[in-house]
Amino acid sequence: MNYTLREMMTIMAAREICDGDIVFCGTGISLVAAMAAKYITAPNSIIFFETGAIDSELEEIPMSVADPRVMYSAASNGGLLEAFATMQNRITGDRVIGILGAAQIDKYGNLNSTAIGDYFRPIARFSGSGGACDVASFVPRYLIFMQHEKRKFPKKVDYLTSPGYLDGPGAREKAGLMPGGPTAVITNLGLMRFDDVSKEMYLAHYYPGTTPQKILENMEFEVDISQATEATPPTENELKILREEVDPHKLIL
Amino acid sequence: MPQDSLMIFCKELSMSADQGKVMALDEAIRAYIRDDCHISIGGFTVSRNPMAAVYEIIRQRIKGLHCYAHSNGTGVDELVGGGCISKLEIAYGGNAKSAPTCIRFKTAIQRGGIQFEDYTNYQMALRFHAGAMGVPFITTKSSFGTDIVNKWGFSKEMREKDPKIPDDKLIVLDNPFGNWGNASKVILVPAINPDVTIIHVQKADKFGTCRIMGLTYADVDQAKAARNVIVTCEELVESKELRAEPEYNQIPFIHVSAVVPIPFGAYPTACYRYYDYDPHYLSQHSVFAKNDKLYREYLDKFIFGVKNHQGLLALVGKVQLEKIKADPRTGYATGLDRK
Repeated sequence: MNYTLREMMTIMAAREICDGDIVFCGTGISLVAAMAAKYITAPNSIIFFETGAIDSELEEIPMSVADPRVMYSAASNGGLLEAFATMQNRITGDRVIGILGAAQIDKYGNLNSTAIGDYFRPIARFSGSGGACDVASFVPRYLIFMQHEKRKFPKKVDYLTSPGYLDGPGAREKAGLMPGGPTAVITNLGLMRFDDVSKEMYLAHYYPGTTPQKILENMEFEVDISQATEATPPTENELKILREEVDPHKLIL
Repeated sequence: MPQDSLMIFCKELSMSADQGKVMALDEAIRAYIRDDCHISIGGFTVSRNPMAAVYEIIRQRIKGLHCYAHSNGTGVDELVGGGCISKLEIAYGGNAKSAPTCIRFKTAIQRGGIQFEDYTNYQMALRFHAGAMGVPFITTKSSFGTDIVNKWGFSKEMREKDPKIPDDKLIVLDNPFGNWGNASKVILVPAINPDVTIIHVQKADKFGTCRIMGLTYADVDQAKAARNVIVTCEELVESKELRAEPEYNQIPFIHVSAVVPIPFGAYPTACYRYYDYDPHYLSQHSVFAKNDKLYREYLDKFIFGVKNHQGLLALVGKVQLEKIKADPRTGYATGLDRK
């Protein structure tokens, strides 16, 4: 069965979402993954947005988290304060899984979505944190979508926008952050996780058609590849869900 | 309220009762937005930005604004592009599909054209909340160990010279209550009290009581934190209509200085239950924004070349406006071509 890399990435992320999770997501591929999860692994998961909409009826794919499409038939339409409090408050926050993206990531999962080069006169300026740093600070688990390129996996991020495991074991707690952190990095080549003890990234799965060696060639830092296995491609049913139910007009995929 | 003040208050109300606070947009902008003042605008990325007011600020060639933004994408990017902003405190300069990073914002920063400082969305929302509450700061557990805390856009020297901004960006404090609330430390975020906040709402009465439909983002706190508030609205309605169901009103008239009825006042951003964002305008805009000459031509045609927002809407045309009209069931334009 033919499938695209973006479809593969979407399904890899969807499989990480557990039934009953409250899913914080943005738009684009992360939203498609969260929507797909409701058909596959997590029928009782709940999608919410930083703008304050929760459990919206997504008849059409929103292009922004402020899109009127997230307001339709939501459980409630609040504001930013309510959305972030849902994550900072441990009663609901511990049930949240976040999905983020970034321009750079280091081996501890720290993210840069602000600037490449000097902060004041950057070579490339990006959008900035938005709610990403808040999510990464608050929730026990989050996924990160990345494109696998050497410059996007540097030894040190140019600007630390959103905290991963900072500089290793115990660093989050020492800094004042809640425990938790990134759980998986999903790229166009594979899926990486973080070691329970060292908090360093390692390769868990590589996609059919690529090799662990090729993945290493696309990173500035080394990761352990000894436990890596080939990822299971999307099933016929999973692809049908993506193409017919989630994104029939191919707005994202 | 003491009896005397109440009498004066009632008298003022009856004196202004005919017109209330209703003003023309150009008049309201001229009255409240001055060069160098501190402002914030409502809405979020492609929704409910007070765009008519943004374009009028550009048209009046107001300069040196200090702007506070969480994710006020379209409006802030136009104010930057129009040369109105010199200092920007911001969490997110992105605008959905048409501009993952707002293009004039990106250009201005890469060229050193504006002074800026980064926060998170929650921090900016909390800062407005603190301003609305009248407290100097509020606490959060977001951003420990990051460059949001460590890297300041505004230097200590600059801060100390400017009485309108706090001397520090963010402060990390040991929890004075010990480990109460399961936090060893907190981050203090300083309050914001803008000189003026401008929001666009679905309905308002002539005294400024507002009804926002759909997500409110941080509009309510932005309004309540500001010295003056300009409300632009799709519909100016009778007070009794809003007061029949006060539980659906978010902002009472006491916070508001001016009310400007202006249909399609959020265009090209969306106004839930009225119209969608215009994907065509926004994608065209990003083509223009990527090129200085084209952007200049765009400003000359769509902003400076027309007298007011109605003029801009006339250039866009009725056919296009009809396409983005909200469907009454969903509140957006169902089936709108957004590719």
